[in-house]
Amino acid sequence: MNFDLTWMAWTWPTAAFFGTIFLLLCGMAAWEYASPGGNPRVGVLRFETTRGDRLFLSLLGSAFIHLAWLGLVGSNLWWALALSVVYAVGVFRYV
Amino acid sequence: MEKTWNNKAWFLVLPVLVLVAFSAVIPLMTVVNYSVQDTFGNNVFFWAGTEWFEELLSSSRFWEAMVRNLIFSFIILAIEVPLGIFIALNMPKKGWGVPVCLVLMALPLLIPWNVVGTIWQVFGRNDIGLLGYYVNALGIDYNYVQDPFDAWVTVIVMDVWHWTSLVVLLCYAGLVSIPDAFYQAAKIDGASRWAVFRYIQLPKMNRVLLIAVLLRFMDSFMIYTEPFVVTGGGPGNSTTFLSIDLVKTALGQFDLGPAAAMSLVYFLIVLLLSWVFYTVMTNYDAER
Repeated sequence: MNFDLTWMAWTWPTAAFFGTIFLLLCGMAAWEYASPGGNPRVGVLRFETTRGDRLFLSLLGSAFIHLAWLGLVGSNLWWALALSVVYAVGVFRYV
Repeated sequence: MEKTWNNKAWFLVLPVLVLVAFSAVIPLMTVVNYSVQDTFGNNVFFWAGTEWFEELLSSSRFWEAMVRNLIFSFIILAIEVPLGIFIALNMPKKGWGVPVCLVLMALPLLIPWNVVGTIWQVFGRNDIGLLGYYVNALGIDYNYVQDPFDAWVTVIVMDVWHWTSLVVLLCYAGLVSIPDAFYQAAKIDGASRWAVFRYIQLPKMNRVLLIAVLLRFMDSFMIYTEPFVVTGGGPGNSTTFLSIDLVKTALGQFDLGPAAAMSLVYFLIVLLLSWVFYTVMTNYDAER
């Protein structure tokens, strides 16, 4: 059986990106195992969110932060990454 | 008594995970890989970084298609949801009329997209089409091949004809699930027809309406086949929606990198808008 994956055109940056997402999901699973229930609460958006919702919002928001940075500022995305981390911390703290 | 936990049940989810992995996750990962590379065929790729995303975000062609798509989805929802509710409210609740209406309503949904497109392509033609010929005979200058406004009207009417039934059937399912006791109580209280709709029928239809709005939004935002068959995205680019533009880029020009970048931005926008719709409607439901 041939497991040739060259058609998927893998590169190290994209592998690192998906590896990070995978690690995040593993971390969330471990967090859920340690503290079951998803920690639902009502935050600044004034509706109930769980940890999973907050991760979803963080990832989605980060994607748009990166796109906005590319469109409005330039192709150096390290500042966009830093901004996304700050945003994600804010989402997990206040949403 | 202590509750027993059996985590073996998680294995039952495995088939779904495998299915989703092969049908969604792996193709999505491939698209991400393509979006940062360029290729000229033969499965040889060159690193392009964020170039395609920058090109896309500064492309007027992309933003124009996006605006067209948003306007189209907004018009579709504004027509199909109220019309669907209205028809569902007026459908018979018992007797022989029920199966007749249900079958009639289900018919457009059973027709494949490309056939719907072909039907309306012929139907709207002003030389041999029933609609086009008689609209022109009435003195209205209608030609969807040449006039962008006529092309829009045709695509919208076609979508309304094809998909309002879905909203009708969902609303009807919500309506028939309301127990008679609610209507009897309303009658005793002397509630008006509007009050019955506002305080009994609409809240009871809320969940199915959520599904209807979500399905119709996502479907109309990703519409491809029907306008492609009827207008081919024209006249000019007047009915070139995002998906048509995407297919032109990916298959017409074989620009896999730009097309992958466009797909990802498109996907993120659909995800965001669907989340907003879902959140707004479920929280409205929870507040009630």
